[in-house]
Amino acid sequence: MKVEPATSPLLALLAGFISELRAAGLPVSLTENLDAMEAIQHIPIEDRDAFKYALAATLVKNHAHWRAFETVFEVYFSLRGAEYDLVDGEWPEGMDLSDFVDGMDGRQRSQGGGGGEAMSAEQLADMLFQALMRGDDALMRAIARQAVQRYAGMEPGRPVGGTYYLYRTLRNLDLDGVLERLMGQARQDAPEQLTPLEERLERDEFEARIDQLRKEVEAEIRRRLVADRGVEAMAKTLRKPLPEDVDFMHASREEMMALRRAIYPLTRKLAVRLARKRRHGRKGPLDFRSTMRHSLSYGGVPAEPKFRYPRPAKPEIMVVADVSGSVAAFARFTLHLVYAISNQFSKVRSFVFIDGLDEVTSFFEGVDDIGEAVHRVNAEADVVWVDGHSDYGHAFEVFWERYGRDVGPKTTVMVLGDARNNYHASQAWILKEVEHRARKVFWLNPEPGAYWDTGDSIVSEYGVHCDGVFEVRNLRQLEGFVENLV
Amino acid sequence: MSFSFADVDSVRKGLSDVQYLADEGIAGVVYLAERLQKPVLVEGPAGTGKTQLAKSVAEATGARLIRLQCYEGLDESKALYEWNYKKQLLRIQAERQGENPEGDGMWQQIEDDLFSEEFLLTRPLLEAIRAAEPVVLLIDEVDRVEIETEALLLEILSDYQVSIPELGTVAASQIPLVFLTSNNTRELSEALKRRCLFLHIDYPDLDREKEIVLAKVPGVGESLADQVARIVRSVRQIELKKAPSVSETLDWARTLVLLGVEHIDADTAAETVNILLKYRSDIEKALKEFASSDEEFAVPAAAS
Repeated sequence: MKVEPATSPLLALLAGFISELRAAGLPVSLTENLDAMEAIQHIPIEDRDAFKYALAATLVKNHAHWRAFETVFEVYFSLRGAEYDLVDGEWPEGMDLSDFVDGMDGRQRSQGGGGGEAMSAEQLADMLFQALMRGDDALMRAIARQAVQRYAGMEPGRPVGGTYYLYRTLRNLDLDGVLERLMGQARQDAPEQLTPLEERLERDEFEARIDQLRKEVEAEIRRRLVADRGVEAMAKTLRKPLPEDVDFMHASREEMMALRRAIYPLTRKLAVRLARKRRHGRKGPLDFRSTMRHSLSYGGVPAEPKFRYPRPAKPEIMVVADVSGSVAAFARFTLHLVYAISNQFSKVRSFVFIDGLDEVTSFFEGVDDIGEAVHRVNAEADVVWVDGHSDYGHAFEVFWERYGRDVGPKTTVMVLGDARNNYHASQAWILKEVEHRARKVFWLNPEPGAYWDTGDSIVSEYGVHCDGVFEVRNLRQLEGFVENLV
Repeated sequence: MSFSFADVDSVRKGLSDVQYLADEGIAGVVYLAERLQKPVLVEGPAGTGKTQLAKSVAEATGARLIRLQCYEGLDESKALYEWNYKKQLLRIQAERQGENPEGDGMWQQIEDDLFSEEFLLTRPLLEAIRAAEPVVLLIDEVDRVEIETEALLLEILSDYQVSIPELGTVAASQIPLVFLTSNNTRELSEALKRRCLFLHIDYPDLDREKEIVLAKVPGVGESLADQVARIVRSVRQIELKKAPSVSETLDWARTLVLLGVEHIDADTAAETVNILLKYRSDIEKALKEFASSDEEFAVPAAAS
């Protein structure tokens, strides 16, 4: 196929697109930029999907960045391509709706622009039901448009985010109710009683279709917003942090899932790095005895120095984590991290505390299901002493009393928490004692550095007794910590 | 320069002729790789057909497949080239036994001889560069080599040439199509990523998986394939240690065909699920999940 060389407006658009990607945090290098420019000369922009993948292949080299890329792409190129033209209230040409809605034949298209208004809410709901039942993509897209136009109540220039419109549209469509109706229909259509397996499969199928509809609605809203406000402004409002920059404390459920998946490679990295250090590491100190022994064959000249084998370090890790309400989101993440670490290192002991402290090592041992382990920690661990408000001082006291003597010169202690002590006694001397005995003591704080030592936070009181206090609010910082550690 | 693929669609068609069902993304990237003459870095979960893609492209274009399997400790002599030491020794000895081993000029000649192509053992990378016919080079599981070893690949990936100190630079006579696969056990270096087109192959969607089952499993019926694909999709939605891969889906479908199953019911699924899932805990979880949906939705069922 002969493809015309890209015209300059397209290149200008691409330049804007790439600078937006960079603004969103994607590392796009100059070479990649040039590659993208070359790539789009081979793929016509009309073939939207291929065009998108071509750009992605040259610009996005990390799958975790795909979502960010997709959002920017939709914004920049959503007004291109024939089937994505903005159509107000009109059904796409050639779509025959008469078999879906009774009594609508002909009237629909002849009314032109006002067609959508003529349809009642029930009729739209009914068509939605039919479309989902059949899994008809084209009809679903058309309905998404209708729904947005009818329910979202979008007004030009109104400074409201897309989520507001999305919420309004979806609330009116009542997708949960539709799902139940679809399931009811499926049960009726089935020749006999649905088995649990069949039931489950039907449900998954409908859920997938509804999910697609939701995406169509989202895309439609975005298209309209872009048309209203312009590309740059829109891209800016939609900008979201990349997975590695998501704040643990404010991560949404979905983001949390993504984070969880990202933890495993990180701990594996940590373990691999430690192992490699062992293997390729410098040799140990000079072995005098062995050198003398070998010098005999050179007439007593120590020509061949011998070294001791380095003793492989077997790090013992003690994780002491705050699981109180103020750091609840971080705590959940912490538990996942503890679980991941304990799979990689032979000796990991974990403790959780609020104002009391309990060892939870056994909950993570030999458990395949992290969800279950976390649940057990939450349900069974005895972490409340008086009132269930964090009291670092007392928790450290308990730790010192019960487990203090297990802290040895090989032990690395990691404390995870925001050091908000509710104005209790700090008992910082314990941390000092621990530091004396342990190999290293690290404090990971999920709060932004600017909030440290404000209010009841006493990070620096503890911090002076640690080998390092780190702000760990996102994966990037955690990764930085891991790399520093080893 | 002639290309084997005229456009994106012909890539897809070519691949489907050799029973590889490519989606829009895969076909697009393969097409681009040939046009831009860039290597492709293929990433994704295990068992989604990353290696198979390279094999199928080779088959579709009628090119020779040269494969370099990466592992920890891979080095130059295994990946690029090596001097045939034994043969070199023999050569020297043969010369010694000859009539008069005199003069420096003689030695000079031997030395030149020793580092000629005759004594060069080509390893996959060099072989791919020197091949006269079209070649697909597959560098498998590149994430297994150490980050330092990655540097070995850089020259060949960006310039399609190999520098041998004794011989000079060997440039490619034709540009091979290069695929690197990675299971993402570690982050690859920026330098490597920058030189490649990036392709993430995820689990296929419902329709594609069904088509794959239909294409790859002989004797499978349309409705069975559909059921298999739908069950696998549902299983993947459960949070498992290891989600079933495409190859496991195919194994499962084959088993069902062998057992003569035409319609999967809960019992059959429970008996054969160990082909799909490899961990005890995963199997239990899946079985529980599918059995429990009954009670959960019993109320609306009665109402309707």
